[in-house]
Amino acid sequence: MIEIEFNGETLRVDDACTIQDLLSSTHVEPRFCAVEVNLEIVSQIEYETYCIQPGDKIEVVTLVGGG
Amino acid sequence: MSHQTHIDSRVKIGTHELQSRLIVGTGKYDSNSIMQESLEASGADCVTVAVRREKLYDREGRNILDFIDWKRFTLLPNTAGCFNAIDAVRVAKLGREILRKLGNPGYDWVKLEVLGDTKTLLPDPVATLEACKQLVAEGFQVLCYTSDDPIMAVRLKAAGAASVMPAGSPIGSGQGILNPNNFKIILEYLKGDDPDYPVIIDAGVGTASDVALAFELGADGVLLNTAIAHARDPIQMAAAMKHASIAGRMAYLSGRIPKRLYATASSPEEGLITSRPW
Repeated sequence: MIEIEFNGETLRVDDACTIQDLLSSTHVEPRFCAVEVNLEIVSQIEYETYCIQPGDKIEVVTLVGGG
Repeated sequence: MSHQTHIDSRVKIGTHELQSRLIVGTGKYDSNSIMQESLEASGADCVTVAVRREKLYDREGRNILDFIDWKRFTLLPNTAGCFNAIDAVRVAKLGREILRKLGNPGYDWVKLEVLGDTKTLLPDPVATLEACKQLVAEGFQVLCYTSDDPIMAVRLKAAGAASVMPAGSPIGSGQGILNPNNFKIILEYLKGDDPDYPVIIDAGVGTASDVALAFELGADGVLLNTAIAHARDPIQMAAAMKHASIAGRMAYLSGRIPKRLYATASSPEEGLITSRPW
């Protein structure tokens, strides 16, 4: 297990966890989100292959109502 | 004789063409279904959205994209809540990523909002200009929220903003257009030698007459949120905003009469059967 920061909170995930695994386990709708790892956006085609590293800071954002 | 009652041409903002000159926000509604009906009643074909963290532990709530027909509406993501240029550029890129995945045409533009103060929500002009330059360099079409300062508006246009969007009054304040004179100067400076450059009143609208006034003054568009979302009857107010935008725009195109100090009679002098008191 490795420790990462996910949307500001500490989270423990499997060693070989990919972005896709992370989104599935947290029930995030992948079509409606954007993913940033250490301030760099990860594109959707990389979700299945991008392996999360210990200490990564991950932000998953979506759209909400706004003016 | 029949008369053309539909609004004039579509409004062009950067490379985007919109049918409606009214752009509406999607925030602050009591429910997603009221929002949905209000968007419909407003006649808008472009709606603004904000970028926020996924709520990881609240999967009961559905995503707002379940309630907005994003195949029909052009989404305009904003950078609301940003207080510096770095954050604004970061949020703009995240919004672009989401819209790109959706295949929504709004992926290449952004409503830039860099605030200077939480109480007034007035823009930070220095950070706004800096962020505007960076986003333009990144290939964004920037619709830039700003104060009603004409010099700042000129600077933002020069920095490459696709549209300058002066606030009528502070965000959500409902005070309408507090300084029509500044707004007239902005229109003159930005559109004088570039009449198609779009200037949009963003923020401060309280009711339909504010929208009509904005268009009568020569605005190309109006962006509003709270005036509909917090009206007692949001759906009816959305319809009122739609009609006000059409009325205001048609009045502008029709050319209003000049204001005069004294009266001019509407009925002819000739053939009067009455006598004058003097």
